Amino acid sequence: MAASAREVVEAVYRSESRRVLATLIRLLGDFDLAEEALHDAFAAALDRWPRDGVPDNPRAWLVSAGRFRAIDGIRRRARFDDKMSQIADHLDSRSDDASSRDGEAVRDDELRLIFTCCHPALSSDARVALTLREVCDLTTEEVARAFLTPPSTVAQRIVRAKRKIRDAGIPYQVPSQADLAERLDSVLSVVYLVFNEGYSASSGESLTRHDLSGEAIRLGRILVQLLPEPEALGLLALMLLHDSRRAARTSPHGDLVVLSEQDRSSWDRDQIAEGSALVERALSSRRFGPYTLQAAITAVHAEAPSIEETDWEQIIGLYDVLARADPSPVIALNRAVAVAMHNGPGAGLALVDEILAQGKLEQYHLAHAARADLCRRLGRTAEARAAYQRALSLTQQEPERRFIERRLQELTA
Amino acid sequence: MKYLCLVYSDENELHSMPESPTDAECLDYAVTLQEDGRMIAGEALESVQTATTVRVRNGKTSITDGPFAETKEQLAGFYMVEARDLNDAIQIAAKIPPARVGSIEVRPIRELNPES
Repeated sequence: MAASAREVVEAVYRSESRRVLATLIRLLGDFDLAEEALHDAFAAALDRWPRDGVPDNPRAWLVSAGRFRAIDGIRRRARFDDKMSQIADHLDSRSDDASSRDGEAVRDDELRLIFTCCHPALSSDARVALTLREVCDLTTEEVARAFLTPPSTVAQRIVRAKRKIRDAGIPYQVPSQADLAERLDSVLSVVYLVFNEGYSASSGESLTRHDLSGEAIRLGRILVQLLPEPEALGLLALMLLHDSRRAARTSPHGDLVVLSEQDRSSWDRDQIAEGSALVERALSSRRFGPYTLQAAITAVHAEAPSIEETDWEQIIGLYDVLARADPSPVIALNRAVAVAMHNGPGAGLALVDEILAQGKLEQYHLAHAARADLCRRLGRTAEARAAYQRALSLTQQEPERRFIERRLQELTA
Repeated sequence: MKYLCLVYSDENELHSMPESPTDAECLDYAVTLQEDGRMIAGEALESVQTATTVRVRNGKTSITDGPFAETKEQLAGFYMVEARDLNDAIQIAAKIPPARVGSIEVRPIRELNPES
């Protein structure tokens, strides 16, 4: 009996602890106080549930237990301090009964927590660390390992962020409709940053970093569930579609496998189906943005049986729309590669050279790698070699270096 | 909460850009904030060329010309406002006319503790 109640408490912790925390932060007005209260509430559950049985609404029980213990703790510490007991009275007067049972209020608390952790007044590093710590319940050590940062640095970032939230008066609220688009952008960029950190770094502690992509997808799902805005759908789709190729994009030796050479039968069909459905939903809203468009491009690739049978015309069309929404040279470069696939390497090379001449991508290794690849296909071997060498001198990632070196060897052979 | 919105700008550009604010526009905004009961105080400053820096070390006062910081932007004025929270203060700051050419630093006011 005791063992099974413990299992129930553990299961409730996994499914509800973030929601309980989100509500406790609202009720207590402080992250640290709420975390302590959350801990106390689960300790109380471990003590009481085996004896008294599991309550009908475990979440409401935990919120109420945590809140009671926090206020009680302030009162005990404040016995001789008037100001502290006023704070306790004030917290006590804020009722939690309705708010912790009602589904709508719980949803709002979860969103409050996400938007506060991703507030643009916090530094980007702090947003990522705080979100992984508070929303995903990763430990400081886990965040540190995933970002190859010393744990003390991560701990410091989190402490500073919480202090800024408190002292600068960052409110614990879902942004008003007027601010929603801009603030949602900040949340989505945190999620995508976490995903890319796990996805692009295929060297070193790849296992830990894979978990990071999984966390980002989980965050994306929570967001879509709470706030099904088109760009939230688009970002989740983009992450799922990229992640579907995870097994195919690295060889057993850890080498990078480019899209054209990937074994498409090892792509994750369930993730592709889910991602494509999300893209459809986001596109039909007509309020989509860059994440949805990138996801749509990735979906076209995902549905193609081979690189030759890819609908390049549609991809170029999507890049045209994307370039209007986000006129960055990287997008122009990707478009040029698609044009090369559709109209031949000569047409692509002309565009790549035009982009390189603008100077902004001069230090970007993928621009030179793209030029090298097109020259190679045109039989312009000397130029291809020079461009590969330039790309090699600019890249720091080990698998990419090995990939370029392999291509260089093939040219000589 | 009280916030101080510090207006920073490159003095050479503050009044010479196409989107530069006029004095009349700045006065209008101050009046709007006042009528909403959110303005505590606000002033524009003379050029940094007129600034004097005062320090006291070991009981001795030293006086030097101008500020030392070699930043591109100088303090050009301030608004002290009453706002609900940082989001509210950011909204107030975003409408301060020189925000279009310079930048506004939003800082919460710290209550001094008489016992420390």
